[in-house]
Amino acid sequence: MTASSTSLSAPVARPSRRGAGSRTGTTARAASTSLRARDRSGYLFVAPFAVATGLFLVWPTIYGLWMSFTDQSLTATASSFIGFDNYAEAFSDPQVWTTLWHTVWFTILSTVPLIVVALVMALLVHTGLPGQWVWRMSFFAPYLLTSAVVSSLASWLFQPEIGLLDVWLAKLGLGPVGWLTDENVAMFSIAFVTVWWTVGFNFLLYLAALQGIPQQQYEAATIDGAGGWRRLFSITLPQLKTITGVIVVLQLLASLKVFDQIYLLTAGGPNGSTRPILEYVYDMGFTNYRLGYASAISYVFFALILVFTLVRLLPTKKEA
Amino acid sequence: MAVETLPRSLSAAAAGRRSAAQQARAENRTLTRLTIGPSPWVRAAALGALVVMAVLWLLPLAWGAVTSFKHEAEAALPASWWPAQGWTLDAYRQVLGNSELLGWMWNSLVVAVLVTALTVLISAMAAFAFSQTVFKGRGLLQFLTVASIMMPGQILIVPLFKQMQAMGLVDTFAGIVLPQVVAPVMVFILKRFFDAIPGELLDAARIDGAGTWRLFWTIVLPLSKSILVAVAIFVFIGAWNNFLWPFIVTTDPQFMTLPVGLSTVKNAYGVQYAQNMASAMIAALPLLVVFMLFQRRIVQGVATTGMGGQ
Repeated sequence: MTASSTSLSAPVARPSRRGAGSRTGTTARAASTSLRARDRSGYLFVAPFAVATGLFLVWPTIYGLWMSFTDQSLTATASSFIGFDNYAEAFSDPQVWTTLWHTVWFTILSTVPLIVVALVMALLVHTGLPGQWVWRMSFFAPYLLTSAVVSSLASWLFQPEIGLLDVWLAKLGLGPVGWLTDENVAMFSIAFVTVWWTVGFNFLLYLAALQGIPQQQYEAATIDGAGGWRRLFSITLPQLKTITGVIVVLQLLASLKVFDQIYLLTAGGPNGSTRPILEYVYDMGFTNYRLGYASAISYVFFALILVFTLVRLLPTKKEA
Repeated sequence: MAVETLPRSLSAAAAGRRSAAQQARAENRTLTRLTIGPSPWVRAAALGALVVMAVLWLLPLAWGAVTSFKHEAEAALPASWWPAQGWTLDAYRQVLGNSELLGWMWNSLVVAVLVTALTVLISAMAAFAFSQTVFKGRGLLQFLTVASIMMPGQILIVPLFKQMQAMGLVDTFAGIVLPQVVAPVMVFILKRFFDAIPGELLDAARIDGAGTWRLFWTIVLPLSKSILVAVAIFVFIGAWNNFLWPFIVTTDPQFMTLPVGLSTVKNAYGVQYAQNMASAMIAALPLLVVFMLFQRRIVQGVATTGMGGQ
């Protein structure tokens, strides 16, 4: 679809751009392009989006960068330029590195099951077994919940002694687990909740990809005598390579931005052992009122995400 | 275009008179034969795995629902699935009577509808301009749009809040909505769709004297209904559930959206588990019902837009 649509528009678009400036009269050959070229209202159509982007994306980006070089506070209106002081402080602040590690650790813990479980779900549903509606509903429903509802449900399940999980463990003779209160367990619990909550999204992406595999390939393989497992490993999985690459990147970027469920479930505790870097930014800015320093931490984090994104983009360019 | 990649819709159209449900069932049988083959054991195993996973995934919701119908005193006792003291709507009565829950729900609806309408409108207009008109600086603007996809909004909470303060938009609907309408990914997705609309079609209308706004409104938009619905669904779910930005920009309970409001009462209720679960259920219900009604559309919408146009 990409290839066909670009080849459709590209040859039309290129000559018309030149035609817009030089040719004013209507020549028969370029009738259609000059019609488009004389259409001057493109500006007006792009204006609302451009203004909104300028105001709420570009300007805060620049403003935040400037702020990161000042001692701006939430309460004061005046601030002064302090050069790289905030950045120097950020690089030597152990909390920056600790919270950054928590974010990365959460990303590692959540991404693998979020891909694998989603794939298993999609493969199972794609068998066409009865109950399609129920399966799709069950796996995707949690994704429709807001983070506050998810954390209410989860903290109820994780409730010490009376929560469902501890009650079940007690029946097996196992002691209560500090799901959200034990420093060694809390991040695993959060990752577990996150998988339950958002795996439905990746599941749908995989399902759509599976439905795009031409059935003739399966027909042909069946005629050739390939069994179920053989078809899975020789047809299905190889065809999912591209989409898996995309889902992995989308998932990594999503997991790196974790904030909601951690803030609502543990508020970064116990003992700050789950606090992600975005929460540190929030705490610095809105609890300690140090907007300048909070901005500097944001930009350090942003630089890391950007490097990651660009590194990931390079090889795909070469392939294409 | 991408919406139609689901083969089911194509072959369903070709099926002629047979009912859609029959058709779907026949296709599912074909699919079963082609993927896991005819062995009843393999089918039973796959079905068993599906049942186990579905039960696991619905369990937290079911547990929350059961708790919400218990008496408060019983809810705090160690878990039992069947309430010994009988079912009750007490928790719902308490929550709906005492809290601002319905107000927050209304705020969420207003915010989500405004965000969706504005995002779809300005993104479609920009995508149309990039795709079907020519103007100076188009290439540069398009490049900037693609580049801004990489900018994660979460990074901007600090400067954006300061900016909102300066603009006097803290604790206003405008302050919650406006920063959320910037969705460069959606522009990109829509542009790719608009690119496939044949230029001759639009030129014919231009020759007939239709203005650009008419072209956009009466030709481009109606031709793109499926992708517009997909984008709208995606944006709506995101806006309805968005927590971080509304949380930052509202301090007055009067303007809180549902996710933000809920997060503030959690502590206020303390150990009122039944009430906690009742408000969670009420908050979860609208999107779950909408999903049940429009499942196929939503599944397609999320699948098409979720990839971010990749």
